[in-house]
Amino acid sequence: MTEVTFREAIHQALSEALEDDGRVFLLGEDIAAAGGAFKVTDGLMDEFGGDRIRDTPISEQAIVGTAIGAALKGLRPVAELMFADFTGVCFDQIANQLAKYRYMTGGQAQVPVTIRMANGAGGGFGAQHSQTVENWFLNVPGLKLAVPGSPADAYDLMLASIRAEDPVLFFEHKSMMNLKGTLDPDRQPAELGRAAVVRPGTDVTVVATQLMRVRADEAAAQLANEGISVELIDPRTLAPLDVATVSTSLERTGRLLIVQESPFGGSWGATMIAALMLDAFELLDAPPAIVCGDDTPVPYAGVLEEAWLPTTERIAAALRALMRR
Amino acid sequence: MTSTEDHGAVERGAVPTDQLLGFIRAMIEIRAFEEETQRLFMANLVRGSTHLCSGQEAVVVGACAVLRDGDSMLCTYRGHGAVLAKGAPLDRTFAEILGKAQGLCGGKGGSMHLTDISCGAYGSIATVGAHLPIAVGLGFASRYTGSQDVCLCFFGDGATNIGAFHEALNLAAIWKLPVLFVCENNLYGEYTALHLTTPIDRLADRAISFGIPGVAVDGNDVSAVFHTLSEAADRARAGDGPTLVEALTYRHKGHSRADPGRYRPKEEVAEWLARDPIDLARSALLERGIDPASLDELHRDAEDRVRTASERAQAWDEPDVQSRLQDVWA
Repeated sequence: MTEVTFREAIHQALSEALEDDGRVFLLGEDIAAAGGAFKVTDGLMDEFGGDRIRDTPISEQAIVGTAIGAALKGLRPVAELMFADFTGVCFDQIANQLAKYRYMTGGQAQVPVTIRMANGAGGGFGAQHSQTVENWFLNVPGLKLAVPGSPADAYDLMLASIRAEDPVLFFEHKSMMNLKGTLDPDRQPAELGRAAVVRPGTDVTVVATQLMRVRADEAAAQLANEGISVELIDPRTLAPLDVATVSTSLERTGRLLIVQESPFGGSWGATMIAALMLDAFELLDAPPAIVCGDDTPVPYAGVLEEAWLPTTERIAAALRALMRR
Repeated sequence: MTSTEDHGAVERGAVPTDQLLGFIRAMIEIRAFEEETQRLFMANLVRGSTHLCSGQEAVVVGACAVLRDGDSMLCTYRGHGAVLAKGAPLDRTFAEILGKAQGLCGGKGGSMHLTDISCGAYGSIATVGAHLPIAVGLGFASRYTGSQDVCLCFFGDGATNIGAFHEALNLAAIWKLPVLFVCENNLYGEYTALHLTTPIDRLADRAISFGIPGVAVDGNDVSAVFHTLSEAADRARAGDGPTLVEALTYRHKGHSRADPGRYRPKEEVAEWLARDPIDLARSALLERGIDPASLDELHRDAEDRVRTASERAQAWDEPDVQSRLQDVWA
């Protein structure tokens, strides 16, 4: 079983998709000759040629629009926007064009576009290169949102996104690029819209994605030493959001903690809690809890960003507090 | 072709009489369609807003005439004429505007989103300029698959001040993509005169900054539009890249709905009404000896076709309310 980093897993999935399907091509800023800002696409131009791995100008609207037009003619574009915060530059293309095209034309065409981008804090990139902006798109019907939290999920979800008939925004957490994992050939491949029980447990349910999943897993290991059994669930996609898997877990545990690095308002965690309050209120033995990033932009200085981003210790403390209720 | 140096429109030769008859027939049909749409709107049968293209028919008819099977077309919320010129059926186009199940988009799009991919009309896009990058993608697909197909992209003068215009023309230029960018310059961005929003008179000159040809043409002369776009299409099919065409034309009506357009000087309106594209084509045909009675018959035929299509569309069904939940995802 080979060990790969998060970065290598995405690279391998892109390479496999390009190998399998001539309709797949990549476009974005600095992805070809330079191999991408995070080196995810390093070497793909040499392997697949400049016609399929294409550097673009710094023109996010043109990148997304070109992907949409190409998809309407049957291609499978994989666009890269470098930092996820830059979706602000092309919000119209994503929210008004990509997401709505199929619906407002009465289903005349699919728009199988995948948009890759680096999200998340922890790297000292400052406020305009660090946000978990996937939350901006929760209220945009028509998009699927993939937030892989392990190398294997990154690999599986990347292939699933490219092969899907729908538009997918694919978020690659920049603080996870060197995270190692295995691609177990016997694993159940991750699917869009299906959560994973990452760590089974019986006392309390924790739901987290990406870097917060990694830290929640560390916190769960600490709690195990204290005799508390944590069930960790990773939704893996925020749209569709698999509430049912969490609800099933609550039947066993009766306690819920959500961990996310985004601020609370309008976030996937707030949505998850709202859905569970509507559908699974009776299953709860204590009020649901949430650990969030502060309600501020992401700060720059090391001590500020470390204090902003939920730590393993904060998650463990929140779990202990929840168990006392 | 180079960018225009004078501030006038390029003179173009004539087209064969049969072709000009086809053009005038199409223009008359679009005019009748828009007049019927206005009637339907005033009768409260059309929701939201409508943006009529009356007065601008020569641009869409002349330009769409250069397209062939496999080519694609994108247009704006003022797109009834463009979609019809590309071949969408009258009745299903009315039905979409009326919000009927048999509409082009099943009643989910409406006047501003008319789309009929089966005939190459890839969409009417209603955020200004947003479809120009999508046109680049349609052109890119031709290049990628090695076909000779081109994408024709209509937009208004107002769109030349939005970022997507510049991003799209730049990318199409550096990748030499087969996209025909056609600016319908009707002198007003919604309610505001062009000279108040734009520091240059000749929008075709914006092509200079992308190193591509920019051509201004009399957008009320259907033959001139056809010739200009034919050259642009030949260039695009040969792999020589995009062209920016500025078609000088005028909105006979206001921006939308019942806007009377009072912000426009009377003299200006009169001057342009005197250059009605259908009248210009009619004069050219009369000069060639076409019987005026046969041209009058074209009008009657078009009005009959339009009325019949409108009546058929009005009789069609409302969409099943459950259909609103479909087509979000594949």
